[in-house]
Amino acid sequence: MKRFDSTGQRLAALFMMGCVLLNYPILSLFARSEEIAGIPLLYAYVFGAWALLIGLMALVIEIPRS
Amino acid sequence: MLQGWVIVLVSFAYLGVLFAIAYYGDARARAGRSIIANPVIYSLSLAVYCTTWTFYGSVGRAASNGIGFLPIYLGPTLMVALWWFVMRKIIRISKANRITSIADFVASRYGKSQALGGLVTVIAVLGIIPYISLQLKAISSSFTILAHYPQIVAPAHAATRPLLQDNALYVAAILAAFTLLFGTRHLDATERHEGLVAAIAFESIVKLLAFLAVGAFVTFGIYEGFGDIFRLAQEVPRLKSLTSVTGSGGGFTTWGFLTFLSMMSIMFLPRQFQVAVVENVDEDHLAKATWLFPLYLLLINLFVLPVALGGLMLFEGGGLDADNFVLTLPMAWQQQGLALFAFIGGLSAGTGMVIVETIALSTMVCNDLVMPVVLRQRWLRLGQRQDLSGLLLTIRRLAIFAILLLSYAYFRVAGEAYALVAIGLISFAAVAQFAPAILGGIYWKGATRAGAIAGLSSGFAVWVYTLALPSFAKSGWMHEHFLTQGPFGVALLKPQALFGLGSLDEISHGLFWSMLANIGAYVGVSLAGRPRVEETAQAALFVDVFRHTQGLERSPVWRRSASVQVLLPLIGRFLGPVKAREAFIAQARKRGLRSLEDLPGDAELVHFAETLLAGTIGSASARVMVASVVQEEPPGLDEVMDILDEASQVRAYSRQLEEKSRELETATAELRAANEQLQELDRVKDDFMSTVTHELRTPLTSIRSFSEILLDDPEIPVAERTRFLAIVVKETVRLTRLINQMLDMAKIESGNAEWCASELDMHEVIRESVEATSQLFWDRGVDLSVVLCEPAPRIMADRDRMMQVVINLLSNAVKFSPPKQGRVEIRLDAREGFLQVDVKDNGPGISPGDHQAIFEKFRQGSSAVTGRPGGTGLGLSISRRIIEHFGGRLWVESELDRGSTFSFVLPLRGALDQGALQSAVVSE
Repeated sequence: MKRFDSTGQRLAALFMMGCVLLNYPILSLFARSEEIAGIPLLYAYVFGAWALLIGLMALVIEIPRS
Repeated sequence: MLQGWVIVLVSFAYLGVLFAIAYYGDARARAGRSIIANPVIYSLSLAVYCTTWTFYGSVGRAASNGIGFLPIYLGPTLMVALWWFVMRKIIRISKANRITSIADFVASRYGKSQALGGLVTVIAVLGIIPYISLQLKAISSSFTILAHYPQIVAPAHAATRPLLQDNALYVAAILAAFTLLFGTRHLDATERHEGLVAAIAFESIVKLLAFLAVGAFVTFGIYEGFGDIFRLAQEVPRLKSLTSVTGSGGGFTTWGFLTFLSMMSIMFLPRQFQVAVVENVDEDHLAKATWLFPLYLLLINLFVLPVALGGLMLFEGGGLDADNFVLTLPMAWQQQGLALFAFIGGLSAGTGMVIVETIALSTMVCNDLVMPVVLRQRWLRLGQRQDLSGLLLTIRRLAIFAILLLSYAYFRVAGEAYALVAIGLISFAAVAQFAPAILGGIYWKGATRAGAIAGLSSGFAVWVYTLALPSFAKSGWMHEHFLTQGPFGVALLKPQALFGLGSLDEISHGLFWSMLANIGAYVGVSLAGRPRVEETAQAALFVDVFRHTQGLERSPVWRRSASVQVLLPLIGRFLGPVKAREAFIAQARKRGLRSLEDLPGDAELVHFAETLLAGTIGSASARVMVASVVQEEPPGLDEVMDILDEASQVRAYSRQLEEKSRELETATAELRAANEQLQELDRVKDDFMSTVTHELRTPLTSIRSFSEILLDDPEIPVAERTRFLAIVVKETVRLTRLINQMLDMAKIESGNAEWCASELDMHEVIRESVEATSQLFWDRGVDLSVVLCEPAPRIMADRDRMMQVVINLLSNAVKFSPPKQGRVEIRLDAREGFLQVDVKDNGPGISPGDHQAIFEKFRQGSSAVTGRPGGTGLGLSISRRIIEHFGGRLWVESELDRGSTFSFVLPLRGALDQGALQSAVVSE
């Protein structure tokens, strides 16, 4: 029951974090004509944030807690 | 090399592999060793989300909208984070109620309503069929393109080809056959298709690998990595805008709306519901899918923009459809194998979607649209047929066939028209209409059937008006004026700028108005009405599913009864007699019974049968069927409330709490009183101790001082010495008396005193007491008169104790009477059942405030006249206890300067009638 709760809360927090990171207005901060290693900033940012979100979700799910 | 027959052969080989996997999966499932019972397979099967619309269409979308294609995949990523709560709940509910489709879910939630099930089915079918057409189109056109290798040509319009030369027709036919083989080989109460899921998971791997292969080829084979493509693209002004949000695809608002739309789609597309809920083996698989599925989406989108940009740059001005870049790029570079692989990838994306979607839709059409109608047709005489499972299978098969036929027909009619190309998002918007009814249904008990119907129909109506009709108009099937000037020229009603809202793109616009209408009607109508009893029951089962899971095997509400002999044939007719029998035997075993004949025909059995049937023909029809053979009493309102109404439980709890807190308050008050009493007793004890020590010290001091004088001075004259010794003796006597009295008191109080009750003549007691105290009266010159009634009353008491009392009263009286003029009267009266003795003096009297105090230990009445009176202060206290011991009462009546009267009453011998005594006492 403990695990259920804490995992659920963490996932809900990640959901909210994702909603903020991958939407206006945070998104607009990266909508500039700049590049990171040749890749447009916005494109790199969206995929970076996306990957980060997935990584964190994997962490929340897979790391067992006592 | 890539002749048509090679492609056909490879395609069939691929489908053959699929079928082999499905067959193996089914075989393993029958053997009880499921191959899909692991979270990776589950996650892969969820990827049925990615259709040809993803495989080919994403590149096309990216080519025109830039990164605007991404929200379609970001939404699901966000949503799965909430699946922990939402999807887990939906799965739990569906498993408990054997729900097999989204229509069944909605129908079951709102009181097993056939109308709602039908409505959801209609919306789903109308919304999804064009989407299936899109898959047929994609498969057929990709085949055409590939078959023209090495030329790269745009496929001719389907509508222009003769019917029999249209490969889309064959695609549809093959898919129909394949779906029939997968989906309706047997009837299962849970509608699960293990083999199918295994095949879908395999297809997900194929399409991902194919897309990654093409993407890697374009990015690293044709170009030199991501940086190279983007750098080159930056130099083309037309492509520069594709890497920003604002430059394309409607900006951030559209981005947000599309994210929301895809969040709803990932839950409520019929095929997603099928794989995520119906085919789910174990709800714990959700956990791993929470990150595996988004990872899949990320991977399949990684190369979309590079492929789009690469294609746009390489085919600059070539007039090729960006939708086909995935196929045409390898072809242009003479990569035959890769092109074939890409085709197979597209095929897998298309077939996976079509098969699952068609099965899901056919279940809905059969259970929620056809069966309710068929079961009502009396002329079919269904009641006389022993086995209807064949009929059910036939209906399913016909439904699959009809759905694919309709899809093909739509494809033929629509062809390249806008109505087909744009259908992906429009379909999403259609299924998003289910969101309020389902999400509301699992969290809000107050939602009603009427609300759900109102919400769904108004949302769907707005969807038709703002999304479907405009797409028809753009396809040229309706007059342009409808779009540009509004119906009948009313500009406010322009379907793509309803009420003048023109700033949103068409999808956001349609989604906004339809959700507004949907949620508004759903909430408004629900709040305006009241749920019926069945709805309340189902609402509680759904909303509180985690609480009810243990008890779901029995129906908590309905008092229904039907015997096994009635139910088994009924279920058998739909499920097949053998399967039904097996299920009933399993149920009997579960309840610890030896055979199914032992199953009691109670509500639990009826519920079991209905749930079993619901898996096959849908909850609404199952309810109707079971009701036809069951004795049913409507549940009492109280019963429903008792079991279901959370509020009543809460109320009961709070009542208990209030009671507890009241009890606690009472206890606290009692404790406080006890504490005060203890403190008072403690103070009394302290007083008592100091009084006792004081009383003991006084005689001791005088004894000691006189003894010292006698010791120090042997020359004292004899007369003096005698006087001193007399004082010592007197004080010793006083000391002894004091100690005796204290011992006496202690004995009485502890209950250890010796009482020798015998029959007494009261005259004698008083006379002897008077004699004993006569010297005192004489000494102080106080007059004593004795008035005794005749005959002498007789009592049962201890002679010495009685004398002790009378002597105490007399000596007190003489002590407080003024010397020389004092007058004391002792009077004995016999009344009915008791005697009364009064001792009256003409002393200074006792103030009313002291009337109780004088009976306490060491408490003596204070008197201005006499000051502190002599005596130990124990006499009255002891007397009262003695009188009370013999069942009487001792009290005083007195006023200051009016003398005092001490009186006691005692019950007469043989008249120990407490009632008489008490009334006498009270009357005093």
